[in-house]
Amino acid sequence: MHIPDGFLDAKTWASLGAASAVAIGVAIRRSGANADERTVPMMGVVAAFIFAAQMLNFPIAGGTSGHFLGGVLAAVLLGPARGLLVMATILIVQALLFGDGGITVLGANISNMGLIGSVGGFLIYRAAQRLFGRKHPALPAFVAGWASVVLAAIACAFELAFSGTVPLSVVLPAMAGIHALIGLGEGAITAGALVLIARVQPGLLPAEGVRG
Amino acid sequence: MRSAKITAFLLAGLAVSLGLALFLSPFASSLPDGLERVAEDHGFLGLGEDGAFPYAPFPDYALSGVRSPLWSTGLAGAVGTVAVFGLALLLGMGLRGLGQGRGG
Repeated sequence: MHIPDGFLDAKTWASLGAASAVAIGVAIRRSGANADERTVPMMGVVAAFIFAAQMLNFPIAGGTSGHFLGGVLAAVLLGPARGLLVMATILIVQALLFGDGGITVLGANISNMGLIGSVGGFLIYRAAQRLFGRKHPALPAFVAGWASVVLAAIACAFELAFSGTVPLSVVLPAMAGIHALIGLGEGAITAGALVLIARVQPGLLPAEGVRG
Repeated sequence: MRSAKITAFLLAGLAVSLGLALFLSPFASSLPDGLERVAEDHGFLGLGEDGAFPYAPFPDYALSGVRSPLWSTGLAGAVGTVAVFGLALLLGMGLRGLGQGRGG
């Protein structure tokens, strides 16, 4: 869902650039909380894994592919503030080194996949934990992973419509529909990764209250 | 919590990430993604034709000069994985420095 330059008009990308800059500033101020000696290496490994996994497009229906975004995984493992900053780092590297996602629209992509996908997805994860219980991460992770992709797609649809690129009545159902499918992959990978970590190395899920 | 086990787990995580980028990414689906599909279906794909950073050294995740398209993608993925790993480490160290600077 990386938006290229040209899809959004100036008022839209400039607003989202400002919004994401503010979000990054807030995240930097808050990212000191709950840090320990594992935090820095964890940030590196989580970022590396998400970048690599984002390259693995899987085919879905209708000649379309999707790929993992990783926002919820990043926020659960690192906390939402560091999760957002790691997602922004990945998006900047993708745009600057690989031409994946545009430059003017970097703020839009950080808003969609970082602010909504990671911080928003984390809030959904927390809400789902209250609903399904905190003991097992699988169901909350699946629900939050799926919802994070669908919500990011809906935000992207609104940005395209607000830019005058395509009418909302056309782009909203199209984006939400395709990403409701792609989100199933996101939910499955997020749940799989967190279940694996909960089994093998539960101390890496400090926010889950199982720290040894 | 034994830190040696965590170090081993993190090293394994890094190795898996590099393995995914190097050996699996060349076989990823090259079909258009969700946004590209919608853009194509609804006639605005062309707006983003020049929508990539023109100075990106590895456009479309390809390492120019590597003859095999499989290795070209895999090696580009490995370069990106290492770059992101290093930058996230630097970011983490910078944030830790900020926290200490504030006495937090």
